[in-house]
Amino acid sequence: MFSILRTLWNILLHSFRPRVTIQYPDEKPYLAPRYRGRIILSRDPDGGERCVACYLCAVACPVDCISLQATEDEHGRRYPDFFRINFSRCIFCGYCEEACPTYAIQLTPDFEICEYDRQNLVYEKEDLLISGPGKYPDYSFWRVAGVQIGGKAKGESEREDAPADVRNLLP
Amino acid sequence: MKIFVDNRPFDVHAGQSLLQACLTLGFDLPYFCWHPAMGSVGACRQCAVKQYKDEADKRGRIVMSCMTPVTEDLRISVKDAEVSAFRAGVIEGLMISHPHDCPVCDEGGECHLQDMTVMTGHNYRRYRFNKRTFRNQYLGPFVNHEMNRCIQCYRCVRYYREYTGGRDLDVFALRNLAYFGRYEDGVLENEFAGNLVEICPTGVFTDKTLKHHYTRKWDLQMAPSVCVHCALGCNTTAGERYGSLRRIVNRYNGEVNGYFLCDRGRFGYEFVNHKDRIRQPLARKNGRLRPVTRSEALSQLRSILSGAKLAGIASPRASLEANFVLRALVGPERFYAGVSEAQYRLTAAIIELLKTGPAHTPSLREIERSDAVLILGEDVTNVAPRMALALRQSVRQAAFRLAEKLHIPVWLDHPVREAAQDLRSPLFVAATHGTKLDDVAKEAFHAAPLEIARLGFAVAHAIDASAPEPANLSEEMRALASRIAEALKGASKPLVVSGTSLNSQEVVDAAANVAWALCRIGKPASLSFTLPECNSMGLALMGAKPFVEGMEAVRNGEADSLVVLENDLYRRTSRENVDALLATAQHVIVLDLLANPTTAKAEVVLPAGSFAEAEGTLVSSEGRAQRLFRVYAPGGDVQESWRWLRDMMAEAGRQEATAWETFDDVLGSTAQAIPAIHGAVGAAPPATFRLAGAKIPREPHRYSGRTAMLANISVSEPKPPEDADSPLSYTMEGYPEQPPPALTPYFWAPGWNSIQSVNAFQEEIAGPLRGGDPGVRLIEPRPGNGYRSCVSEAFVARGEAWLLAPLYHIFGSEELSPWAPAVSELAPQTYVALRPDDASRLGAEEGQEVEVQWNGTAHRLPVKFRADLPAGVAGLPVGLPGTECAGLPVWAKISKPL
Amino acid sequence: MNEAIIHVITVLGVLFVVLNIAAGLIWVERRLLALWQDRYGPNRVGPFGLLQVAADTVKLFFKEDWIPPFADKAVFVLAPAIVMLTALMSFTMIPVAPGIQISDLNIGLLFVLGMSSLGVYSVVLGGWASDNKYALLGGLRAAAQMLSYEVFMGLSLMGVVLLAGSFRLSAIVDAQRHMWFVVPQFLGFVLFMIAGVAETRRLPFDIPEAESELVAGFHSEYSGMKFGMFFVGEYVGVVLISVLITVLFFGGWLGPGLVPIAWFLIKVFAFIGLFILLRASLPRPRFDQLMSWGWKLMLPLALCNLVVTGAIVMATRR
Repeated sequence: MFSILRTLWNILLHSFRPRVTIQYPDEKPYLAPRYRGRIILSRDPDGGERCVACYLCAVACPVDCISLQATEDEHGRRYPDFFRINFSRCIFCGYCEEACPTYAIQLTPDFEICEYDRQNLVYEKEDLLISGPGKYPDYSFWRVAGVQIGGKAKGESEREDAPADVRNLLP
Repeated sequence: MKIFVDNRPFDVHAGQSLLQACLTLGFDLPYFCWHPAMGSVGACRQCAVKQYKDEADKRGRIVMSCMTPVTEDLRISVKDAEVSAFRAGVIEGLMISHPHDCPVCDEGGECHLQDMTVMTGHNYRRYRFNKRTFRNQYLGPFVNHEMNRCIQCYRCVRYYREYTGGRDLDVFALRNLAYFGRYEDGVLENEFAGNLVEICPTGVFTDKTLKHHYTRKWDLQMAPSVCVHCALGCNTTAGERYGSLRRIVNRYNGEVNGYFLCDRGRFGYEFVNHKDRIRQPLARKNGRLRPVTRSEALSQLRSILSGAKLAGIASPRASLEANFVLRALVGPERFYAGVSEAQYRLTAAIIELLKTGPAHTPSLREIERSDAVLILGEDVTNVAPRMALALRQSVRQAAFRLAEKLHIPVWLDHPVREAAQDLRSPLFVAATHGTKLDDVAKEAFHAAPLEIARLGFAVAHAIDASAPEPANLSEEMRALASRIAEALKGASKPLVVSGTSLNSQEVVDAAANVAWALCRIGKPASLSFTLPECNSMGLALMGAKPFVEGMEAVRNGEADSLVVLENDLYRRTSRENVDALLATAQHVIVLDLLANPTTAKAEVVLPAGSFAEAEGTLVSSEGRAQRLFRVYAPGGDVQESWRWLRDMMAEAGRQEATAWETFDDVLGSTAQAIPAIHGAVGAAPPATFRLAGAKIPREPHRYSGRTAMLANISVSEPKPPEDADSPLSYTMEGYPEQPPPALTPYFWAPGWNSIQSVNAFQEEIAGPLRGGDPGVRLIEPRPGNGYRSCVSEAFVARGEAWLLAPLYHIFGSEELSPWAPAVSELAPQTYVALRPDDASRLGAEEGQEVEVQWNGTAHRLPVKFRADLPAGVAGLPVGLPGTECAGLPVWAKISKPL
Repeated sequence: MNEAIIHVITVLGVLFVVLNIAAGLIWVERRLLALWQDRYGPNRVGPFGLLQVAADTVKLFFKEDWIPPFADKAVFVLAPAIVMLTALMSFTMIPVAPGIQISDLNIGLLFVLGMSSLGVYSVVLGGWASDNKYALLGGLRAAAQMLSYEVFMGLSLMGVVLLAGSFRLSAIVDAQRHMWFVVPQFLGFVLFMIAGVAETRRLPFDIPEAESELVAGFHSEYSGMKFGMFFVGEYVGVVLISVLITVLFFGGWLGPGLVPIAWFLIKVFAFIGLFILLRASLPRPRFDQLMSWGWKLMLPLALCNLVVTGAIVMATRR
């Protein structure tokens, strides 16, 4: 009984506390660099597309709002033919970023993406791709992956021996 | 037999390995080198378990479960900490040089290595030194090679060399550098190389056709399907994404294809996506075929159908149901089978032989277990490829028998091979030319079709003297016949294989005589006939009239309009015949998938659904009715042939068409109207079937992109299409339980994402699927009856003319698969095959053009030498563009052009 | 004639004021809740967000007036009307100030209690007619809760009636000229306050609605103005209970200095504020707790209060 009255009193005292609300459009809030807002696709340090179209973001997405199609250039470097995020469905959970093995997909502190026409919330690869590496400036998947692409032959990735000579029978 | 696993008792069957027993019981035991179809070699050390002497034994010892037979009261532990650490250690070793490339690896998401790594709990790489690397090879248009990923389990070479008999894939180098590949870049020669994709536990060998439109397994919308590229009816799983068919994988059916498919079946699917697919109705206006809307096409059809006297040309590659609705549209009396005259007679004869004779038609599994085989006149590898693989296994029966005598379990692969050496059960091949099975054959006999038939009759006579004997047999042939007869008589499950490829009634009769003679002396002989197309058997069972009568009916005015169902008539008879037929008919309506010479002459062309866009029942050459399901709802105007034909009936004002709303309605009417295929209804559960009240999802539960894949068209997601024709749905929602085997859209089990998850769907490993292997056999033998009496004259080579024998090519001879780019890459250009001595007599070099004349037409064809042809016989490839080949063998004049 | 016009003006005036206060409460409640939760609340539409109410009303009017196809249509439409009707009927008995009263029945208090009992029907019927499991559960809970609290709500007022010696509300107010009844009837006041909160289904006793368990309880299927009626009906109820507390325990219009009606309004708004404070502070009890308090604690206390008051009244009268 007393605790109920005390609660009432304490709540009443909140009449004299300062408001925590930030008056958003007039006053901009501080957003941490890891804030989970609009999704972008980044590029690796050499300027190539980081996304290797592995489909892991798509499968991690709880609302299934990412779809893409993998394709390859003539040297075997895989990239998305199209990459589509339906932001009208996105819940900004960040699972795609967690799932991404190449740091290609990243969430940014931009959340002001309202549209009057819902169709404009469907972002294609051209809308998503930025020109820099985003949060991870040094990482390049293709430098560590053991596949051959244009400009990197077998055995030239990090921590790789030169290709084995299969005709050598020396022990 | 009772065994104890972690102190819990289980009943298992004797005679299997501990690994098989554990997997059957549902234990997650990792393995790499073992494969249910290939037995154990104990190479990867991954399936270790701890074995205890008795209840008191607490220490135990680590054994490889794949090398340990189950014995009474065997005590093992799967969970024991030491053995778990052992397995994790082994996989850590295997993974040392595995590259960091799962995201760009096509195997990812259905990778046995991923599954096993997760299963053992190895999740952190401690090895920080350099990885070894290899160069990749070009292995042809089907299989992609990425050697860095190899974990040296040796499955590929065991499969390729020992199971399929291929010679051009091997292991090179040594120690940790063992390299699996060819001695130089080049197309893999074996017709079953595509199975390496499923055999390889990781991504060394992957599907190159899939790579061109890569999709992960979890993103595919899949449905149970049946291969349409030959008559064997191998079960497949077809997968779709974004409206195009992405790939075919094997769908295990213990009685039919087991674990393997041929490359034509696996890679021939891309015809479905071909740019020449007919995707909307076409109608002729001012002499040109132009795309029209569906309603325009139907209204044009209405005006054609009113008052027309229709004749229907049925198709051996359309489903029973489509053919039946055509039959209903045109009436049974004007329902003609669109197959060549010879094929028509032969298939009818084959059905009669199988239905009235005592020899039964074997499933592929039974073929695999036959211990003496006679092949009469068939190049099985090129006509019914998967059967050739089964026949290749059949010669191992002798080895298994020896192993049993020596008390070696048959699944201990290498000891059995060591003990057997070159011991093989007898396989005899009689063909017009060398075949790929000759290397395991005891004897191969190359002769003209008539001689092959005579050999067959002679063998029958040698088995049972009351069988008719051909006259004037040469001494060698008589001796050969008696050797074959002895071998067949000595077998416990003899098999005779023949078929329609030589278009020879005599060969078929001879095969029947051999099998019946064996039955007469008390052997359970089987008789298997290969047929050319996926529903050849089904069409023949429907009792259509022959095509020639159809042509006659049009010529004499009994019928004035033609409805051609999924059929390129130019493949069925000579060009003049078809030209005359199509010119005489007032109206020609064609339903087909792809633009072909027949559609080019039609008045109305309707876009028919391919096997991936239509449901249907096909009857395999075994006589097994099997259901295939739509993989995806086709966009636009494409619809199932039976629906088009039903719509045409409705346009013609026919009342019965209104009752055919769903597939089950049509199937029910079909089965009711035609008693011979009554059993086809049982091939799969009806559309009302529900699993815990829910439909069975075609999409895996991890299917991604639902709310984005169509968002570029409209951000409001459409309702998924509904499927009233089957118990499958185009969604990912459903009850997470195994559906009946005929409805299994894909194999997946918790922790098992790769195709090896089929283990969880089998009653016991490599046994039947839970609930029985799908399919209903429509043809059963009837004991008794006499022999076929046709004994022919001997074949005599003519000096000036050659008998043109048909040559089949696995890639090229079949109608649909060459539309797939990968298959067409391997299809040969047309040619004429000549013996080198004949060619030199003509003065023709290999590759030079000669003039070949038959049936009054002359063709210029390049010469290809084939030393394995018998004297007086030349070969002509079947089905390749540029030549007419209906009605082979024929006598042809060959001359060197001036 | 003149009297009749005055009467009509009084009726319309009370109706106008009550409904406007009820609607205005929507804004007041949101602002007060925000204040106590260190927020602003609606502050963008008009000065201090005052036009928020108008905006909400316009929104409610323009919502689709949807009746679910599976609902019992007649009852579905009737239910929200009942809640407004019964609550507004009670106001006819309220003595706002000397002379400002629509009807001064000699059984005014009983009439008010009777109307409040009828109010249960709206909730039960609304829940039933929706043909929705959440709505039905909400309706059932409402029936049980309101019946239980009805009982001691009436009993808790009997002390006041004993002291005043009349059911006539104006007489009750008059009887408090020397002392507000909250002093002798403090227990009765507390009990009535609790029962009042339960009767209006306000937090912490919004168990029939219980949005965290029952979606929106009895009015899950309601939308548009039918929902609006339930919504406003709830606020009319809040005003009614505040008015009753004022009249029965705090001397109604009585007070020094100011005009009577001012005192009346000040007191009423204080109690409305208390209602909102309760909502801002207290969590919702479990349904079984609510029922056992009602029957095992509140009812015995109400009876004790009645017995003791009766005894004292008898003793002092003699």
